[in-house]
Amino acid sequence: MPKDHGIGASSKRREDIRFLTGRGVYTDDMNLHGQTFAVFVRSQVAHGRIGKIDTAAAAAMPGVLAVFTGEDFKDVGGNPAGWLINSRDGTPMREPKRPVLAHGKVRHVGDAYAAVVAETYAQAKDAAEQLAADSDIEELPAIIDMAAALANPSNRVHDEIPDNQCYDWGWIEDNRATVDAAIKAAPHVTTLELVNNRLVPNAMEPRASIGEYFPGTGDYKLTTTSQNPHLTRLLVAAFVLGIPENKLTVVAPDVGGGFGSKIYHYGEEAVVLAAAKKLARPVRWTAERSESFLSDAHGRDHVTKIELACEKDGTFIAFRTETMANVGAYLSNFATVTPTFLHGTLMAGPYKVPNVYVNVKTVFTNTAPVDAYRGAGRPEATYSLERVIDKMCRELGLDPFEVRRKNFITTDMYPYTTPVGLIYDTGNYHATLDKAMQIGDVAGFEARRAASAKRGKLRGMGLSTWIEACGIAPSHLVGVLGARVGLYDAATVRVNATGNISVMTGAHSHGQGHETVFAQIVADKLGVPEASVEIVHGDTSKIPFGMGSYGSRSLAVCGVAVTKAIDKIVAKGKKIAAHMLEAAEEDITFENGRFSVAGTDRAKTFAEIAFSAYVPHNYPLETLEPGLEETAFYDPANFTYPAGAYICEVEVDAETGKVDVVAFHCADDFGNIMNPMVVEGQVHGGVGQGIGQALCENTTYDQTGQLLTGSYMDYAMPRADDVPFYNVDYSCQTPCTHNPLGVKGCGEAGAIGSPPAVVNAVIDALHRGGHTHVKHIDMPVSPSRVWQAIHG
Amino acid sequence: MTKVSMTVNGRTVSGEVEGRTLLSAFLREGLGLTGTHVGCDTSQCGACVVHVDGKAVKSCTVFALDVAEADVRTIEGMANPDGSLGPLQQAFQDHHGLQCGFCTPGMVMSAAALLADNPRPSEADVRHYLDGNICRCTGYHNIVKAVLAASGQDVSAVAAE
Repeated sequence: MPKDHGIGASSKRREDIRFLTGRGVYTDDMNLHGQTFAVFVRSQVAHGRIGKIDTAAAAAMPGVLAVFTGEDFKDVGGNPAGWLINSRDGTPMREPKRPVLAHGKVRHVGDAYAAVVAETYAQAKDAAEQLAADSDIEELPAIIDMAAALANPSNRVHDEIPDNQCYDWGWIEDNRATVDAAIKAAPHVTTLELVNNRLVPNAMEPRASIGEYFPGTGDYKLTTTSQNPHLTRLLVAAFVLGIPENKLTVVAPDVGGGFGSKIYHYGEEAVVLAAAKKLARPVRWTAERSESFLSDAHGRDHVTKIELACEKDGTFIAFRTETMANVGAYLSNFATVTPTFLHGTLMAGPYKVPNVYVNVKTVFTNTAPVDAYRGAGRPEATYSLERVIDKMCRELGLDPFEVRRKNFITTDMYPYTTPVGLIYDTGNYHATLDKAMQIGDVAGFEARRAASAKRGKLRGMGLSTWIEACGIAPSHLVGVLGARVGLYDAATVRVNATGNISVMTGAHSHGQGHETVFAQIVADKLGVPEASVEIVHGDTSKIPFGMGSYGSRSLAVCGVAVTKAIDKIVAKGKKIAAHMLEAAEEDITFENGRFSVAGTDRAKTFAEIAFSAYVPHNYPLETLEPGLEETAFYDPANFTYPAGAYICEVEVDAETGKVDVVAFHCADDFGNIMNPMVVEGQVHGGVGQGIGQALCENTTYDQTGQLLTGSYMDYAMPRADDVPFYNVDYSCQTPCTHNPLGVKGCGEAGAIGSPPAVVNAVIDALHRGGHTHVKHIDMPVSPSRVWQAIHG
Repeated sequence: MTKVSMTVNGRTVSGEVEGRTLLSAFLREGLGLTGTHVGCDTSQCGACVVHVDGKAVKSCTVFALDVAEADVRTIEGMANPDGSLGPLQQAFQDHHGLQCGFCTPGMVMSAAALLADNPRPSEADVRHYLDGNICRCTGYHNIVKAVLAASGQDVSAVAAE
């Protein structure tokens, strides 16, 4: 019988009520007294030297209140990279300053170099167009192709970086010679070169920010579309504008999706704050979708050569990769860690492979910054591995299911230290593979293939098995690896005098459902109704601290911080109860919302204890403070390692090259499940995005650096008729061993596991249809690419 | 500036607009009905869908003056008279047909128009009709399921929730 409340129940989401009735409050929904409007002037060329910007005409236009250029911000700090990565030779990465507004040079189409603030949006837009016309920008040759950028030292994105390379990273460098030797001696080596296509995250809510300044107190407030308001506050305050952290409040209200793109601090946030101070009026900005395409941090964009060395029976000996990863024109906050420690450390997959070596060169180009997008490095690793395994199976005539099974880490091997530096605490990869084969009815595939053939379609089946490291992250470990912040999280549980509960969490929900799921956990632990628990998030003035939501960390880190705070509440409640019940503290038990004296019927309800804490008439004041509010900071001991097996079936129309995903089966191990409905929704969304990457989406710059896919007319988002119903199973559960909830995280799984399953299925369909010359098709596997592959 | 009046969610409203004022802007800024969202500016994403005289319309692509005297319905007008969720809204909640909520108003308005035209749509009908509404969170699974359920069809056989 499924639970109807608390942990494990599919509680309906309370936030849905406001979203379904049009009463959500997103940043652009706010309407402030005295508000003004900012519009940014963005580069129309990919690379150019900024000459004179004549602001006079724009400044004189109706309603214009202020004009800003890069000159106004040249003396404030840059927007920093969050991780310092060293090259193989030990030298630190090259880290060019990322200014608030471009100064000296513009470095990608859409690079903001000026801003106009006016009384109305239309006036600001008119003046921004004038300012663009009055800007003298000398176009320079654009640097777009990564290989050319590395090979051409004279043409530079940043004048001080001669080869356009940020770093040349090796993982683990000390193992390189051993891995090389293992590959050289191996009986079989499969090599595959592939592109992990560049994506635009495309949260449906465009970025938006409102700056406010309060002259009476000197306080600033930034309302912004952020996945992690505390990090934004830290960056704006300590690094960019030099505002004392205690004078800046950052609020992320309802946020319409993020997928990584709203983790980062962007220059527009600094401009609206500086403008608000100058004008002493609220300054608001909302991106148009075209601005989002041009200036949101993009995702992926790797070019990889992977080699898989194995025995003739498919036993893995070594993996070796060489990757070029595009970071775009500037280093976005997580840009340097995404292709390295979020990618290279996963390159062993769920396999007991003894030798792995990963080399990543990150390259500056005249394109928008590239950073973490749902999965962030782990989809790139999984795609490379699962594609090359599939190719190896074809070369050696081996069964892809059996090859995975043969190479999986087994349950008796945990904790398992991989050759790329992670320690997997628990898992059961055979179980998820078996489950996927069962729910995907692998045995019945041949009949389905025959039925498809009768309809003139080539049917194929693709498998991928995936693992990720999430629950980011143990601070001591990431500190060694170059992180410039800690990645713990915090929560405050405030039991109010009337017994209801406010929980302040460092996680931020932009679709994940924390307001419901965290309340389920609190209600379950404290034995109170879910409705009496309120989850407060997204406001730095209300929350102790937090590193926000990304990397499938909300539950595994922030949720655990909530439970740690609850433990403290219960411990204090026992002291109060012991006093009230005139019993020894160690004799008090807490269960189902009641503090009882063990072995008796004497008890106090949770509400009675809360009331006593705030009206301490009968209370041990000499040894215990009144009140019932506790804060916990939780720093995880390890990453969490969710894993799973995905099976995709496609039909290919050989006449047109069109691919239809006709079935998609997911068997995941997320550890313990708090709300099955929400977990399923997360997997659906991730798989939808993965199918989008595999079949539809691509970000294309031409050689001059113009973005050819700058609207939904040209960038193919997956739509309702591009995807099937998904079959999702999460019954294989090996709870995480190092957090008390036993949870692992599910937010990125679908986007990690699905792209290789889709592409493997397409290749399988073509082979079964006799097109055995097709070894690989790069994503997106569009009709034209499939058709061209078939026709050689 | 020109005066425009229309009926919005059963209430007669009026305001001063420029010729270039879009219906989405009039609803959001003129009337404070911020449930109608603007997600793209190119009439591709569908977050701004409202009903004009019963037809689903992308309000970012219509001038406010073009719908003078029309009967407009927005997401704010979809609840039951007592304020509780209407049947289609309830189906979206019951089947987890939304996550971040940004595309949701347009999704609900499009789905309502579909069900008005086609009270028992097939899965393919739903997917085809919602082709003009982009959702980045749900992978569409639970949206399609919610719309089928709202039409009174049994969705228990649909894989997972």
